[in-house]
Amino acid sequence: MRHQEQHLDGLTGIAPADPLVWAALDVVLVLILVLAAVGHAAGLRAARRRSPWPLHRSILFYLGLLCAAAALLGPVASAAHSSFTAHMLGHLLLGMISPLLLARSAPVTLALRALPVQAARVLSRVLRSPGARVLTHPVVAGTLNAGGLWLLYATDLLQVMHVSPVAYTLVHLHIFVVGYVFSASLVGVDPDPHRASMALRSTVLVLFIAAHSILAKWLYAHPPEGAADGDARAGAQLMYYGGDAADVALLVLLFTGWYSANGPRSGQTVRPGGR
Amino acid sequence: MSTPLKSQLDRRTVLSGVLFGSGIAASMIDLFIFHLALQWHHFYDLSTTEVALTIDGFFHAFGWFITVWGLFLLADVRRRTEVHWVRWTGAVLAGVGFFQLFDGVVFHKLLGIHQIRYGVDLFVYDLTWIGSAVMLLMFGLLMLRRTRPARLRA
Repeated sequence: MRHQEQHLDGLTGIAPADPLVWAALDVVLVLILVLAAVGHAAGLRAARRRSPWPLHRSILFYLGLLCAAAALLGPVASAAHSSFTAHMLGHLLLGMISPLLLARSAPVTLALRALPVQAARVLSRVLRSPGARVLTHPVVAGTLNAGGLWLLYATDLLQVMHVSPVAYTLVHLHIFVVGYVFSASLVGVDPDPHRASMALRSTVLVLFIAAHSILAKWLYAHPPEGAADGDARAGAQLMYYGGDAADVALLVLLFTGWYSANGPRSGQTVRPGGR
Repeated sequence: MSTPLKSQLDRRTVLSGVLFGSGIAASMIDLFIFHLALQWHHFYDLSTTEVALTIDGFFHAFGWFITVWGLFLLADVRRRTEVHWVRWTGAVLAGVGFFQLFDGVVFHKLLGIHQIRYGVDLFVYDLTWIGSAVMLLMFGLLMLRRTRPARLRA
Protein backbone atom coordinates (compact mmCIF):
# COMPACT_ATOMS: atom_id res chain seq x y z
CA MET A 1 0.00 0.00 0.00
CA ARG A 2 1.05 3.60 -0.19
CA HIS A 3 2.46 4.11 3.25
CA GLN A 4 6.12 3.43 3.75
CA GLU A 5 6.49 1.48 6.92
CA GLN A 6 10.06 0.26 6.64
CA HIS A 7 11.83 3.32 8.05
CA LEU A 8 9.05 4.24 10.46
CA ASP A 9 8.53 0.90 12.20
CA GLY A 10 11.31 1.41 14.67
CA LEU A 11 10.32 4.95 15.55
CA THR A 12 6.85 4.66 16.93
CA GLY A 13 6.40 1.17 18.26
CA ILE A 14 2.90 1.12 16.78
CA ALA A 15 2.06 -1.91 14.66
CA PRO A 16 1.38 -0.82 11.08
CA ALA A 17 -2.27 -1.04 10.12
CA ASP A 18 -3.67 -3.46 7.56
CA PRO A 19 -3.22 -2.05 4.02
CA LEU A 20 -6.95 -2.68 3.56
CA VAL A 21 -7.68 -0.02 6.17
CA TRP A 22 -5.72 2.55 4.17
CA ALA A 23 -7.54 1.51 1.01
CA ALA A 24 -10.88 1.84 2.78
CA LEU A 25 -9.87 5.32 3.94
CA ASP A 26 -9.21 6.31 0.31
CA VAL A 27 -12.61 5.00 -0.72
CA VAL A 28 -14.35 7.01 2.01
CA LEU A 29 -12.41 10.11 0.92
CA VAL A 30 -13.44 9.69 -2.71
CA LEU A 31 -17.05 9.28 -1.59
CA ILE A 32 -16.95 12.46 0.52
CA LEU A 33 -15.40 14.47 -2.32
CA VAL A 34 -17.91 13.17 -4.88
CA LEU A 35 -20.74 13.87 -2.43
CA ALA A 36 -19.54 17.45 -1.99
CA ALA A 37 -19.23 17.95 -5.76
CA VAL A 38 -22.70 16.53 -6.41
CA GLY A 39 -24.09 18.41 -3.40
CA HIS A 40 -22.97 21.72 -4.85
CA ALA A 41 -24.61 20.96 -8.20
CA ALA A 42 -27.79 19.84 -6.42
CA GLY A 43 -27.74 23.05 -4.38
CA LEU A 44 -27.50 25.13 -7.56
CA ARG A 45 -30.44 23.20 -9.03
CA ALA A 46 -32.56 23.60 -5.90
CA ALA A 47 -31.87 27.34 -5.78
CA ARG A 48 -32.31 27.93 -9.52
CA ARG A 49 -35.43 30.07 -9.02
CA ARG A 50 -33.48 32.53 -6.86
CA SER A 51 -31.18 35.20 -8.26
CA PRO A 52 -28.45 33.59 -10.36
CA TRP A 53 -25.53 32.11 -8.41
CA PRO A 54 -22.27 33.82 -9.46
CA LEU A 55 -20.24 31.51 -11.66
CA HIS A 56 -16.96 32.44 -9.97
CA ARG A 57 -18.26 31.10 -6.64
CA SER A 58 -18.87 27.69 -8.21
CA ILE A 59 -15.44 27.77 -9.82
CA LEU A 60 -13.86 28.57 -6.43
CA PHE A 61 -15.79 25.71 -4.85
CA TYR A 62 -14.68 23.11 -7.38
CA LEU A 63 -11.08 24.38 -7.34
CA GLY A 64 -11.18 24.04 -3.56
CA LEU A 65 -12.37 20.45 -3.82
CA LEU A 66 -9.72 19.76 -6.43
CA CYS A 67 -6.97 21.05 -4.13
CA ALA A 68 -8.26 18.90 -1.26
CA ALA A 69 -8.38 15.88 -3.58
CA ALA A 70 -4.84 16.56 -4.80
CA ALA A 71 -3.63 16.70 -1.21
CA LEU A 72 -5.36 13.51 -0.07
CA LEU A 73 -5.32 11.21 -3.10
CA GLY A 74 -2.94 10.57 -5.95
CA PRO A 75 0.79 11.23 -6.35
CA VAL A 76 1.21 13.97 -3.70
CA ALA A 77 -0.54 11.89 -1.05
CA SER A 78 1.42 8.72 -1.79
CA ALA A 79 4.74 10.59 -1.88
CA ALA A 80 3.82 12.34 1.40
CA HIS A 81 4.31 9.12 3.34
CA SER A 82 8.02 9.03 2.58
CA SER A 83 8.86 12.60 1.55
CA PHE A 84 8.54 15.49 3.97
CA THR A 85 8.48 17.98 1.08
CA ALA A 86 5.51 16.20 -0.51
CA HIS A 87 3.83 16.06 2.90
CA MET A 88 4.26 19.83 3.20
CA LEU A 89 2.86 20.43 -0.28
CA GLY A 90 -0.18 18.34 0.64
CA HIS A 91 -0.48 20.24 3.89
CA LEU A 92 -0.44 23.62 2.10
CA LEU A 93 -3.11 22.42 -0.31
CA LEU A 94 -5.35 20.88 2.36
CA GLY A 95 -4.85 23.34 5.20
CA MET A 96 -4.54 26.69 3.44
CA ILE A 97 -5.36 26.81 -0.28
CA SER A 98 -8.38 24.51 -0.40
CA PRO A 99 -10.03 26.03 2.72
CA LEU A 100 -9.44 29.55 1.39
CA LEU A 101 -11.00 28.73 -2.00
CA LEU A 102 -13.96 27.03 -0.31
CA ALA A 103 -14.49 29.86 2.19
CA ARG A 104 -14.61 32.34 -0.71
CA SER A 105 -17.18 30.18 -2.54
CA ALA A 106 -19.88 31.04 0.04
CA PRO A 107 -21.04 27.45 0.69
CA VAL A 108 -23.28 28.45 3.61
CA THR A 109 -25.07 31.05 1.50
CA LEU A 110 -25.75 28.45 -1.16
CA ALA A 111 -26.95 25.96 1.45
CA LEU A 112 -29.32 28.54 2.96
CA ARG A 113 -30.73 29.25 -0.49
CA ALA A 114 -31.07 25.63 -1.51
CA LEU A 115 -32.36 23.99 1.66
CA PRO A 116 -36.07 23.79 2.49
CA VAL A 117 -37.14 26.59 4.86
CA GLN A 118 -37.19 24.38 7.96
CA ALA A 119 -33.73 22.97 7.36
CA ALA A 120 -32.35 26.40 6.48
CA ARG A 121 -33.69 27.72 9.79
CA VAL A 122 -31.98 24.93 11.70
CA LEU A 123 -28.69 25.63 9.90
CA SER A 124 -28.91 29.33 10.60
CA ARG A 125 -29.75 28.64 14.27
CA VAL A 126 -26.71 26.36 14.57
CA LEU A 127 -24.48 29.01 13.00
CA ARG A 128 -25.77 31.64 15.42
CA SER A 129 -25.38 29.40 18.49
CA PRO A 130 -22.89 30.30 21.24
CA GLY A 131 -20.79 27.22 20.41
CA ALA A 132 -20.42 28.22 16.76
CA ARG A 133 -19.69 31.75 17.87
CA VAL A 134 -16.77 30.60 20.02
CA LEU A 135 -15.36 28.17 17.43
CA THR A 136 -15.52 30.67 14.58
CA HIS A 137 -13.89 33.45 16.60
CA PRO A 138 -10.60 34.37 14.86
CA VAL A 139 -8.61 34.04 18.09
CA VAL A 140 -9.93 30.50 18.72
CA ALA A 141 -9.59 29.43 15.08
CA GLY A 142 -6.11 30.94 14.82
CA THR A 143 -4.96 29.26 18.03
CA LEU A 144 -6.33 25.87 16.95
CA ASN A 145 -4.69 26.31 13.55
CA ALA A 146 -1.22 27.38 14.69
CA GLY A 147 -1.39 25.15 17.79
CA GLY A 148 -2.23 22.13 15.65
CA LEU A 149 0.79 22.85 13.43
CA TRP A 150 3.14 23.05 16.40
CA LEU A 151 1.67 19.86 17.85
CA LEU A 152 2.13 18.04 14.55
CA TYR A 153 5.72 19.09 13.91
CA ALA A 154 7.17 19.57 17.38
CA THR A 155 5.99 16.17 18.73
CA ASP A 156 5.99 12.58 17.47
CA LEU A 157 2.52 13.04 16.00
CA LEU A 158 3.93 13.21 12.47
CA GLN A 159 5.44 9.71 12.79
CA VAL A 160 2.39 8.27 14.52
CA MET A 161 0.18 9.71 11.79
CA HIS A 162 1.97 7.78 9.06
CA VAL A 163 1.42 4.48 10.84
CA SER A 164 -2.00 4.88 12.44
CA PRO A 165 -5.00 5.44 10.14
CA VAL A 166 -6.98 6.92 13.05
CA ALA A 167 -4.32 9.54 13.75
CA TYR A 168 -3.95 10.15 10.00
CA THR A 169 -7.68 10.81 9.63
CA LEU A 170 -7.92 13.03 12.72
CA VAL A 171 -4.88 15.12 11.79
CA HIS A 172 -6.09 15.70 8.24
CA LEU A 173 -9.63 16.43 9.37
CA HIS A 174 -8.28 18.93 11.89
CA ILE A 175 -6.00 20.60 9.33
CA PHE A 176 -8.83 21.01 6.85
CA VAL A 177 -11.69 22.00 9.19
CA VAL A 178 -9.60 24.44 11.23
CA GLY A 179 -8.09 25.82 8.02
CA TYR A 180 -11.61 26.46 6.73
CA VAL A 181 -12.92 28.05 9.92
CA PHE A 182 -9.80 30.20 10.15
CA SER A 183 -10.11 31.45 6.54
CA ALA A 184 -13.85 32.00 6.95
CA SER A 185 -13.41 33.92 10.21
CA LEU A 186 -10.91 36.28 8.56
CA VAL A 187 -12.04 36.67 4.95
CA GLY A 188 -15.22 34.60 4.60
CA VAL A 189 -18.00 35.86 2.35
CA ASP A 190 -20.84 33.97 4.03
CA PRO A 191 -23.06 35.96 6.36
CA ASP A 192 -21.30 36.11 9.73
CA PRO A 193 -23.43 37.54 12.55
CA HIS A 194 -20.38 37.80 14.79
CA ARG A 195 -17.75 39.07 12.35
CA ALA A 196 -14.78 40.28 14.40
CA SER A 197 -13.43 43.80 13.93
CA MET A 198 -10.80 44.60 11.31
CA ALA A 199 -8.24 45.37 14.05
CA LEU A 200 -8.76 42.00 15.74
CA ARG A 201 -8.70 40.04 12.49
CA SER A 202 -5.52 41.87 11.41
CA THR A 203 -3.82 41.12 14.71
CA VAL A 204 -4.76 37.44 14.55
CA LEU A 205 -3.51 37.16 10.98
CA VAL A 206 -0.18 38.83 11.76
CA LEU A 207 0.33 36.54 14.77
CA PHE A 208 -0.58 33.52 12.64
CA ILE A 209 1.86 34.47 9.87
CA ALA A 210 4.54 34.93 12.53
CA ALA A 211 3.81 31.51 14.11
CA HIS A 212 3.84 29.90 10.68
CA SER A 213 7.18 31.39 9.63
CA ILE A 214 8.84 30.78 13.01
CA LEU A 215 7.75 27.14 12.85
CA ALA A 216 9.09 26.81 9.29
CA LYS A 217 12.52 28.12 10.31
CA TRP A 218 12.46 26.00 13.46
CA LEU A 219 11.72 22.93 11.34
CA TYR A 220 14.62 23.85 9.07
CA ALA A 221 16.92 23.64 12.07
CA HIS A 222 15.15 20.66 13.72
CA PRO A 223 14.22 18.19 10.96
CA PRO A 224 11.42 15.81 11.96
CA GLU A 225 12.54 12.27 12.70
CA GLY A 226 12.57 10.00 9.70
CA ALA A 227 13.11 12.85 7.22
CA ALA A 228 16.48 13.23 5.53
CA ASP A 229 18.19 16.59 6.13
CA GLY A 230 17.86 17.84 2.56
CA ASP A 231 14.23 16.75 2.35
CA ALA A 232 13.39 18.37 5.69
CA ARG A 233 15.03 21.63 4.67
CA ALA A 234 13.27 21.71 1.30
CA GLY A 235 9.98 21.00 3.11
CA ALA A 236 10.61 23.74 5.67
CA GLN A 237 11.34 26.27 2.92
CA LEU A 238 8.23 25.21 1.05
CA MET A 239 6.28 25.78 4.26
CA TYR A 240 7.86 29.22 4.63
CA TYR A 241 7.44 30.53 1.09
CA GLY A 242 4.25 28.62 0.23
CA GLY A 243 2.76 29.73 3.54
CA ASP A 244 3.79 33.29 2.72
CA ALA A 245 1.99 33.17 -0.62
CA ALA A 246 -1.21 31.94 1.04
CA ASP A 247 -0.80 34.44 3.90
CA VAL A 248 -0.37 37.36 1.50
CA ALA A 249 -3.54 36.23 -0.31
CA LEU A 250 -5.33 36.29 3.06
CA LEU A 251 -3.96 39.79 3.75
CA VAL A 252 -5.07 41.08 0.35
CA LEU A 253 -8.58 39.63 0.83
CA LEU A 254 -8.77 41.07 4.35
CA PHE A 255 -7.96 44.56 3.05
CA THR A 256 -10.23 44.11 0.02
CA GLY A 257 -13.08 43.67 2.49
CA TRP A 258 -11.99 46.81 4.37
CA TYR A 259 -11.68 48.71 1.08
CA SER A 260 -15.15 47.92 -0.20
CA ALA A 261 -16.78 48.50 3.20
CA ASN A 262 -15.21 51.96 3.57
CA GLY A 263 -15.95 53.70 0.27
CA PRO A 264 -16.16 57.49 0.30
CA ARG A 265 -19.54 58.95 1.17
CA SER A 266 -20.60 62.26 -0.32
CA GLY A 267 -18.39 65.12 0.83
CA GLN A 268 -15.48 62.77 1.44
CA THR A 269 -13.74 63.30 -1.86
CA VAL A 270 -11.55 66.13 -3.02
CA ARG A 271 -11.46 66.57 -6.79
CA PRO A 272 -8.67 68.47 -8.56
CA GLY A 273 -10.88 71.53 -9.15
CA GLY A 274 -11.43 71.84 -5.43
CA ARG A 275 -7.77 72.11 -4.54
CA MET B 1 -13.76 71.19 0.25
CA SER B 2 -12.94 71.23 3.91
CA THR B 3 -9.35 71.60 5.04
CA PRO B 4 -9.65 68.88 7.74
CA LEU B 5 -10.51 66.39 4.99
CA LYS B 6 -7.58 67.54 2.88
CA SER B 7 -5.15 67.26 5.74
CA GLN B 8 -6.60 63.86 6.64
CA LEU B 9 -6.03 62.65 3.07
CA ASP B 10 -2.53 64.15 3.14
CA ARG B 11 -1.71 62.26 6.35
CA ARG B 12 -3.10 59.13 4.78
CA THR B 13 -0.88 59.61 1.68
CA VAL B 14 2.21 59.92 3.88
CA LEU B 15 1.18 56.99 6.10
CA SER B 16 0.57 54.85 3.00
CA GLY B 17 4.03 55.65 1.63
CA VAL B 18 5.86 55.06 4.92
CA LEU B 19 4.03 51.75 5.53
CA PHE B 20 4.59 50.56 1.97
CA GLY B 21 8.25 51.63 2.01
CA SER B 22 9.01 49.96 5.35
CA GLY B 23 7.00 46.94 4.27
CA ILE B 24 8.82 46.35 0.98
CA ALA B 25 12.12 46.89 2.75
CA ALA B 26 11.17 44.21 5.26
CA SER B 27 9.49 41.71 2.98
CA MET B 28 10.60 42.17 -0.61
CA ILE B 29 13.96 43.94 -0.87
CA ASP B 30 15.48 41.43 1.52
CA LEU B 31 13.89 38.45 -0.22
CA PHE B 32 14.41 39.39 -3.86
CA ILE B 33 17.75 41.18 -3.73
CA PHE B 34 19.69 39.58 -0.90
CA HIS B 35 18.24 36.06 -0.80
CA LEU B 36 17.44 35.32 -4.43
CA ALA B 37 19.52 37.63 -6.64
CA LEU B 38 22.79 38.04 -4.74
CA GLN B 39 22.39 34.94 -2.55
CA TRP B 40 24.31 36.66 0.23
CA HIS B 41 21.61 35.89 2.77
CA HIS B 42 20.77 32.37 3.79
CA PHE B 43 17.30 31.11 4.55
CA TYR B 44 18.43 30.61 8.12
CA ASP B 45 22.06 30.56 9.22
CA LEU B 46 21.39 28.13 12.11
CA SER B 47 23.38 30.26 14.54
CA THR B 48 20.39 32.31 15.65
CA THR B 49 18.97 32.14 19.16
CA GLU B 50 15.34 31.17 19.46
CA VAL B 51 14.46 34.61 20.83
CA ALA B 52 15.94 36.29 17.77
CA LEU B 53 14.18 33.79 15.52
CA THR B 54 10.86 34.65 17.17
CA ILE B 55 11.40 38.39 16.79
CA ASP B 56 12.38 37.81 13.16
CA GLY B 57 9.11 35.90 12.59
CA PHE B 58 7.01 38.72 14.00
CA PHE B 59 8.79 41.30 11.88
CA HIS B 60 8.38 39.12 8.81
CA ALA B 61 4.62 38.93 9.42
CA PHE B 62 4.32 42.60 10.22
CA GLY B 63 6.35 43.48 7.09
CA TRP B 64 3.86 41.76 4.80
CA PHE B 65 0.96 43.29 6.71
CA ILE B 66 2.16 46.88 6.34
CA THR B 67 3.08 46.34 2.66
CA VAL B 68 -0.49 45.35 1.83
CA TRP B 69 -1.97 47.93 4.22
CA GLY B 70 0.10 50.71 2.61
CA LEU B 71 -1.08 49.78 -0.88
CA PHE B 72 -4.74 49.67 0.15
CA LEU B 73 -4.40 53.06 1.86
CA LEU B 74 -2.97 54.39 -1.41
CA ALA B 75 -5.92 52.95 -3.33
CA ASP B 76 -8.23 54.57 -0.78
CA VAL B 77 -6.60 57.99 -1.15
CA ARG B 78 -6.76 57.58 -4.92
CA ARG B 79 -10.51 57.05 -4.96
CA ARG B 80 -11.01 60.13 -2.78
CA THR B 81 -8.64 62.62 -4.39
CA GLU B 82 -5.70 62.99 -6.75
CA VAL B 83 -2.61 61.38 -5.26
CA HIS B 84 0.39 63.67 -4.77
CA TRP B 85 2.85 61.16 -6.24
CA VAL B 86 6.04 63.06 -5.40
CA ARG B 87 4.98 63.33 -1.78
CA TRP B 88 4.03 59.63 -1.70
CA THR B 89 7.40 58.69 -3.25
CA GLY B 90 9.18 60.74 -0.58
CA ALA B 91 7.27 58.85 2.09
CA VAL B 92 8.18 55.51 0.47
CA LEU B 93 11.90 56.43 0.40
CA ALA B 94 11.75 57.56 4.01
CA GLY B 95 10.04 54.27 4.91
CA VAL B 96 12.64 52.16 3.09
CA GLY B 97 15.47 54.15 4.68
CA PHE B 98 13.93 53.90 8.13
CA PHE B 99 13.48 50.15 7.95
CA GLN B 100 16.92 49.49 6.45
CA LEU B 101 18.47 51.58 9.22
CA PHE B 102 16.47 49.70 11.84
CA ASP B 103 17.36 46.36 10.22
CA GLY B 104 21.05 47.23 9.95
CA VAL B 105 21.39 48.48 13.51
CA VAL B 106 18.95 46.36 15.53
CA PHE B 107 18.77 43.07 13.60
CA HIS B 108 22.25 42.75 12.15
CA LYS B 109 24.26 44.32 14.96
CA LEU B 110 22.30 44.27 18.26
CA LEU B 111 20.39 40.99 17.85
CA GLY B 112 22.76 39.36 15.36
CA ILE B 113 19.91 37.55 13.58
CA HIS B 114 21.87 37.37 10.38
CA GLN B 115 24.65 39.26 8.64
CA ILE B 116 24.67 41.00 5.28
CA ARG B 117 27.18 38.61 3.76
CA TYR B 118 29.18 35.70 5.06
CA GLY B 119 32.90 35.09 4.90
CA VAL B 120 33.87 38.71 4.25
CA ASP B 121 34.99 41.67 6.33
CA LEU B 122 31.64 43.01 7.47
CA PHE B 123 32.69 46.55 8.33
CA VAL B 124 32.50 47.85 4.74
CA TYR B 125 29.14 46.15 4.19
CA ASP B 126 27.68 47.46 7.43
CA LEU B 127 28.94 50.94 6.67
CA THR B 128 27.43 50.84 3.16
CA TRP B 129 24.14 49.41 4.45
CA ILE B 130 23.68 51.87 7.30
CA GLY B 131 25.07 54.79 5.29
CA SER B 132 22.72 54.18 2.35
CA ALA B 133 19.82 53.75 4.77
CA VAL B 134 20.54 57.11 6.40
CA MET B 135 20.83 58.78 2.99
CA LEU B 136 17.52 57.30 1.81
CA LEU B 137 15.83 58.37 5.01
CA MET B 138 17.19 61.93 4.78
CA PHE B 139 16.31 62.20 1.08
CA GLY B 140 12.79 60.93 1.75
CA LEU B 141 12.29 63.33 4.64
CA LEU B 142 13.57 66.20 2.48
CA MET B 143 11.07 65.30 -0.27
CA LEU B 144 8.30 65.19 2.33
CA ARG B 145 9.32 68.58 3.67
CA ARG B 146 9.42 70.20 0.24
CA THR B 147 6.02 68.85 -0.76
CA ARG B 148 4.14 69.94 2.35
CA PRO B 149 0.71 71.26 1.34
CA ALA B 150 0.70 75.07 1.31
CA ARG B 151 -2.32 75.46 3.56
CA LEU B 152 -0.93 73.09 6.15
CA ARG B 153 2.31 74.98 6.52
CA ALA B 154 2.43 76.72 9.83
